[in-house]
Amino acid sequence: MFGTGADTGSYDDFEHTDVIVVWGSNTQEAHPIIYNHMRRGIKNGAKMVLIDPRKLAMENFSEIWLPVNVGTDIALANAIGHVIIEEKLYNALFVKNATLFFEEYRNQVERYTPEFAERITGIPQEKIRATARLYATANRAMMAWTLGITEHHNGTNNVHALINLALLTGHVGKPGSGLMPLRGQNNVQGSGDMGALPNKLPGFFNVEDIKARERLERAWNCEINPENGLNVSEMQEAMHEGKLKFLYVIGENPLQSDANTTRVAEAFSNLDFLVVQDLFLTKTAQIADVVLPAAGWAEVEGTYTNSQRGVQRVRKAKNPPEEARDDLAIFCDLANQFGVNWRYETAKDVWDELRSLSPAHFGMTYERIDREYELQWPCPKLDEPPTQILHTRLHTNDVGLKAKFVLVNYEPPVDVVDEEHPFVLITGRRLAFYNTGVTTNNYGSKVKDQKEYLEICPKDAQRLGIDTGTVVRVQSRRGSVVVPIRISNKLSEGTLFMSFHFPDQVDTNVLTSDDVDKKSGVAPFKYTAVQIEPFLVSEE
Amino acid sequence: MSTILDNQNILSTICSFCGTGCGIEITVENGQPVRVAGDKKSPVSHGETCVKGSQGWGYIQSKERLTYPLVRRNNRLERSSWSEALKIITSAVHRVKSQYGSDGFGCFSSSRSTNELNFLAQKFMRQVIGSNNVDSCNRT
Ligand code: SF4
Repeated sequence: MFGTGADTGSYDDFEHTDVIVVWGSNTQEAHPIIYNHMRRGIKNGAKMVLIDPRKLAMENFSEIWLPVNVGTDIALANAIGHVIIEEKLYNALFVKNATLFFEEYRNQVERYTPEFAERITGIPQEKIRATARLYATANRAMMAWTLGITEHHNGTNNVHALINLALLTGHVGKPGSGLMPLRGQNNVQGSGDMGALPNKLPGFFNVEDIKARERLERAWNCEINPENGLNVSEMQEAMHEGKLKFLYVIGENPLQSDANTTRVAEAFSNLDFLVVQDLFLTKTAQIADVVLPAAGWAEVEGTYTNSQRGVQRVRKAKNPPEEARDDLAIFCDLANQFGVNWRYETAKDVWDELRSLSPAHFGMTYERIDREYELQWPCPKLDEPPTQILHTRLHTNDVGLKAKFVLVNYEPPVDVVDEEHPFVLITGRRLAFYNTGVTTNNYGSKVKDQKEYLEICPKDAQRLGIDTGTVVRVQSRRGSVVVPIRISNKLSEGTLFMSFHFPDQVDTNVLTSDDVDKKSGVAPFKYTAVQIEPFLVSEE
Repeated sequence: MSTILDNQNILSTICSFCGTGCGIEITVENGQPVRVAGDKKSPVSHGETCVKGSQGWGYIQSKERLTYPLVRRNNRLERSSWSEALKIITSAVHRVKSQYGSDGFGCFSSSRSTNELNFLAQKFMRQVIGSNNVDSCNRT
């Protein structure tokens, strides 16, 4: 139902709504322009609820801030659901017409009383009740989340806990009411839509769907492997076990950007053959057997799909340097070494093949995108408008497939805080820096803060006798790094924050756990138990 | 398809830094971008950009860009030609396939690249290699 893992609404909905819940997303820094839409919404009268352990700058504009203990979001969401049911604030008509398993959900959240949740989440029960009332009694409400909640096509438990609240209140599939997972990188949405996923074929079909496989087999004159493939984490496991021997890496730098880099390096050392196709000689490229120089942004034609399902054209402004080549040409030449006879002259040829295989994209020709700028899928017909809001049918008499409540329970985080590791380290992004920084570390002088540092709250710093500039050793159960601290009022006691943008200075990912979320294969970047101590120069 | 423009010209495209998808106008002079600004025609961003979108693009003109293929010889990466590099990959594919079958392969595709590249990457894995082991490193 919500299986495609995409925004159900559009950014514009943030401007015309009554309540905006921002859950685990520093939208202002990570998605500044989406945040502008939210701000206009607040100007138009919407109330914002901010759910994040950090006191973000956005807190100034929010009606309620819930500094939830890291990793306890499910307990909080279930408690909000509990209150909505207990106080009979749910949308009974919507629940009856459009959803399944409400009774099971009711039983599940029964034990998540606000009192119980307060002990887990650290949020006073009155605030939990106030949030539930605000969200449930709003005419329209949007819910947005991002890395803090971690979204994927399989849906993680956290995401289900949030979706359940929208099902309870009917705040989905209407103007001003939607569920908005905000995408980190520019084309996360599109790469999945294209079938660059182990369980999905192009156009949202499952690998396990025999009819979809047969269609591809006819189109491509080959056999499609009927078994789901491995996700990134599982591939690295298979590399460890010596089963996966040939890896092709395009524009990614897993040796620096994945959690627990020591173990990743071990996995890579087991490969027989590594191809890296990239713009730069990254750490990963340095250990490759073949490195192919690719064309970058503004050097290729094509499309990206944004967070609101909008397909837009990217265009070529310059040639790639010297012998660097467009990825499409590289893949054509490579594939044709195997006699498959690929004949794509232009990006449009590739797109037209995708359109022929994906009904949801069929109505979006390049010409039409040129004309209309952005087209949101599904857009199956050439002469019909694209789709601004998904799942509107849930509010009609013709509901079709009903939406299911998915029962999820709070489980304590794997990396436990104890006496030896008494701090919770949160890792994330800072404004203007981007992942491992391969593309953004040469801004010049325009942007401040081009260094890694560890943020700590004033109380903890005082207790440890350290101050901004003091260099500390941060020790997790997996490794340690040395980094200067900076005092920050954003954090509550016992939590620390660090980014992962400068792996050459401070390799944050040495600390993080690769104990992945089993459903999504996404490592829990957000939460690591650590100890810190002043670092003495004589240690070096 | 657009062509490379010789004199000054303005080209509409999309920012490559986050999933918002703001519209960007690139001013091109003599085949090189010289300025980037928000595109007022964009229904997503109406001419707005953040600092990443307007200032972060200079990396494409970096001197450190890869400009020719490299292959490993005597445990060092050395300059090579496209045809040699592709031949080496092709023979490695045959070698690994005969020893380990299609399960011996994997592809990390890029959530920063175009839809078209991602389509071809998964098609290569499924049609040529026979494996569904394709995923992108960053799914968030
Ligand atoms: S301009 Fe900023 S907010 Fe817009 S897409 Fe680029 S990085 Fe994202």
